[in-house]
Amino acid sequence: MDSTQKFELVVIGTSAGGLQALKRLLAELPGDLSFPILIVQHISPRSDGNWVSILNAQCALEIKEADEKEAIVPGKVYLAPANYHLLVEEDRSCTLTLDESVNYARPSIDVLFETAAQSCGAGLIGIVMTGANSDGARGLQSIKNNGGLTIVQDPETAESSTMPLAAIRLAEPDYVLPIDEIRELLISLHWVQRTRGSK
Amino acid sequence: MELTDPDLDALLSAIYSRYGYDFRGYSRAHIKRRVLQRLRLSELDNLALLQCKVLSDTRFAACLLRDLSINVTEMFRDPGFYRAVREKVIPLLRTWSYVKIWHAGCSTGEEVYSMAILLQEEGLYDRVRIYATDFNQVVLEQAKAGIYPAERMKSYAWNYQRSGAKAAFADYYHAQYDSAIMDLSLKKNIVWANHNLVTDSDFAETHMVVCRNVLIYFNADLQNKVYGLFNGSLVKGGVLCLGRKESLRFSNYRDRYSDMDKDQKIYRKNYRYG
Ligand SMILES: C[S@@+](CC[C@H](N)C(=O)[O-])C[C@H]1O[C@@H](n2cnc3c(N)ncnc32)[C@H](O)[C@@H]1O
Repeated sequence: MDSTQKFELVVIGTSAGGLQALKRLLAELPGDLSFPILIVQHISPRSDGNWVSILNAQCALEIKEADEKEAIVPGKVYLAPANYHLLVEEDRSCTLTLDESVNYARPSIDVLFETAAQSCGAGLIGIVMTGANSDGARGLQSIKNNGGLTIVQDPETAESSTMPLAAIRLAEPDYVLPIDEIRELLISLHWVQRTRGSK
Repeated sequence: MELTDPDLDALLSAIYSRYGYDFRGYSRAHIKRRVLQRLRLSELDNLALLQCKVLSDTRFAACLLRDLSINVTEMFRDPGFYRAVREKVIPLLRTWSYVKIWHAGCSTGEEVYSMAILLQEEGLYDRVRIYATDFNQVVLEQAKAGIYPAERMKSYAWNYQRSGAKAAFADYYHAQYDSAIMDLSLKKNIVWANHNLVTDSDFAETHMVVCRNVLIYFNADLQNKVYGLFNGSLVKGGVLCLGRKESLRFSNYRDRYSDMDKDQKIYRKNYRYG
């Protein structure tokens, strides 16, 4: 990693076991995190979004469902709503679409990752965590190809290792870490950026 | 591969001047993703080659147009929307002796047949004329035929039952081999027409505009332009129905409408503006 790299966005993809993993990752992140986070968690198309408020209650960061055309700002976490793909625009706003499923999933991790990679290039951090399919592998590869930082949860520590394994195989990520260490890494990047910014 | 904006602009301008389809005001992230996908599948090396092929090969162009116009739809999608129409909009429609409804971006027609079923159940269908439009002729033909894969009927029935249903979903189609053919009685008051929201003009004296999950693909400027088109089409007191994730709230037209159902994005055009 280039030490002058400035990160402006984090994207995370998870599936089976993801709720627990997300809680663990997000609960102890500071509420004024320097970069916004966008998340695709595979959920049932008929989900009512209740889990978003549960997660929000447990975190210092503000966690919400992404709205159509919503501006993406630091310190907030945006979740893809059930049944819509979440895309990142160049002006750092959200687009939701109803395109067909990708990897049998809508929202799909690949869709979020690939559009974020196009829009943010090297300013992007991509994280793939627990899951029982291979959505996200291709997206992580395109984050890497566009110069972003890539992280995968250590499969040994994942509730379901299929997704991390697929991402590791295809994308050869920069880091393979257990969740607690992913969190530590994000916090230290946050501090580096914060100190540099205040100079 | 990185797709630069100037390259993409050039492609979209070329498509517009050659074929008349204007995608320049669509969501960039969406367009980029679809173009990249087509680039990968077609094994062309770069966007310049793709542009040449689009301009010289009409079959390839048709294929790209299909990529950019997303036709995914369902019957009774968002059952809560149809419940709200039954409860809040139908009583209003009853006050008019003749009702004109415009379904803009109707895709393969599932949404239109859903509305026809609802209107029939509410005893209003005979005074209604539905204008169902899309800019994609291929899906319009499918909509007109009203024949769908039988395997989809199960999930449509699931939606229907949650939409305030008054009958059995199977009453509305005839199963034939692997197909479900929509009942003829549903078709009689529907007019299908090709219409492009970006480049064509408005429909006068409309009582209700239904345009769901089309504007999410447009950028804010284009959305405003299309809201203007709808505003010009609607009678005073007319109804505008948007998709669950769409909203007038951030548009230039928010002051001209009142909420009929906030969650379901059903609006009513005010009698007075200002
Ligand atoms: C995702 S579908 C929505 C279908 C249906 N309204 C629903 O909600 O299930 C979007 C539709 O909008 C149509 N569309 C896109 N751009 C359009 C335009 N400029 N003019 C007319 N229709 C357009 C597409 O062809 C497609 O059928």
